[in-house]
Amino acid sequence: MQSTSDDVLIGRIATGDRLAMQVLFARHHVRVYRFVLRLVRDESVAEDLISEVFLDVWRQAGRFEGRSQVSTWLLAIARFKALSALRRRPDEELDDEAAEAIEDPSDDPEVVLDKKDKSAAIRKCLAKLSAEHREIIDLVYYHEKSVEEVAQIVGIPENTVKTRMFYARKRLAELLKAAGIERGWP
Amino acid sequence: MMSLNREAPERQDIEALLPWHAAGTLSRRDSDRVEQALASDRELARRYELVREELNETIHLNETLGAPSARAMEKLFASIDAEAPVAKKASFNVMGRLVELMSSFSPRTLAYAGTAAAIVLMVQAAVLTTMVVNTQSGSSNIKLASHDTGQRAVVRFSANASLADVTRFLDVNQAAVVLGPIRGGLYEIQLAASPLPEGEFTRAIQRMKTESRIVEFIAIKN
Repeated sequence: MQSTSDDVLIGRIATGDRLAMQVLFARHHVRVYRFVLRLVRDESVAEDLISEVFLDVWRQAGRFEGRSQVSTWLLAIARFKALSALRRRPDEELDDEAAEAIEDPSDDPEVVLDKKDKSAAIRKCLAKLSAEHREIIDLVYYHEKSVEEVAQIVGIPENTVKTRMFYARKRLAELLKAAGIERGWP
Repeated sequence: MMSLNREAPERQDIEALLPWHAAGTLSRRDSDRVEQALASDRELARRYELVREELNETIHLNETLGAPSARAMEKLFASIDAEAPVAKKASFNVMGRLVELMSSFSPRTLAYAGTAAAIVLMVQAAVLTTMVVNTQSGSSNIKLASHDTGQRAVVRFSANASLADVTRFLDVNQAAVVLGPIRGGLYEIQLAASPLPEGEFTRAIQRMKTESRIVEFIAIKN
């Protein structure tokens, strides 16, 4: 159990407590960074974005109503920032990313080599998912967000969260199958 | 959801929950439903193992992404320092207020203040002064500086005033900063924890006005 709850820290930040801000940053910045990095795929951009995320927290702490976990609020801000950054990217970069996302992994010699290493192959295929699918997989599996919390972060209905997770997993299975790993599902 | 649609709705529903069951983020009720289904459905249990495999590799993948450099934190706090102070709530943080007060002075003034040790000593002196004021009022609560009974004035300190000048000024006048900086670089100060006779209060303000090297502007707060 953490010594001071995130809600208490946010309350202190709202009064201008810099130390509380440092504690909150230390507690969450790595996970927020990883979430953003998986979306924007650029370490420098991801670092800039997490500074912006926590600056928003500093500015808006007084408006936090505690209806969601602080970590959920952070990820929602981070997602908005990441998507805004992606929209600012030149079209060529986005095309490259889209091409990477739909690339047939059977053409990738590295993936073929990884057939013997199922774990590595799964990770490689996870990295090849589209941003939308990477996002939901990470939120559920890594950031341990419930259906309701994912719905809040992504801004979609709870049933859509379940459907999107299903399609993300289905796409992952297709990528694995193309890489020579048949899991018998779906 | 083609493959789901071919199966019974209850099973579809349960299978859709498997990722959250694996991550431990389901409600107790849903978790029990999933556990019961897994115990009686071998195919579902096999699929659950696939989910657990994905969960494991997703964690592994994320954990190998590393962490941001110190640049992220430096940039954040540089931005925070560059911003106007966040509006304070009712609670009164003496140390925070005084540090903020000191930090609002001109670079030259701060340079004169010398080393960080000197700053610490002066801030400590100011805190002690505030505590003395409060102790004299018969209360042990340091937040008494924001007490409503003391008369208040609005003051703008001279940019050329040193830290020592300001702490001495507050000390001599038994005053404490209760708010600020607010618009125009103004601070609200409280002269005493208990009300002074009106004539005495006005004379105190007049006396402070004469300290033009330290006080640029001062007026009674209505």
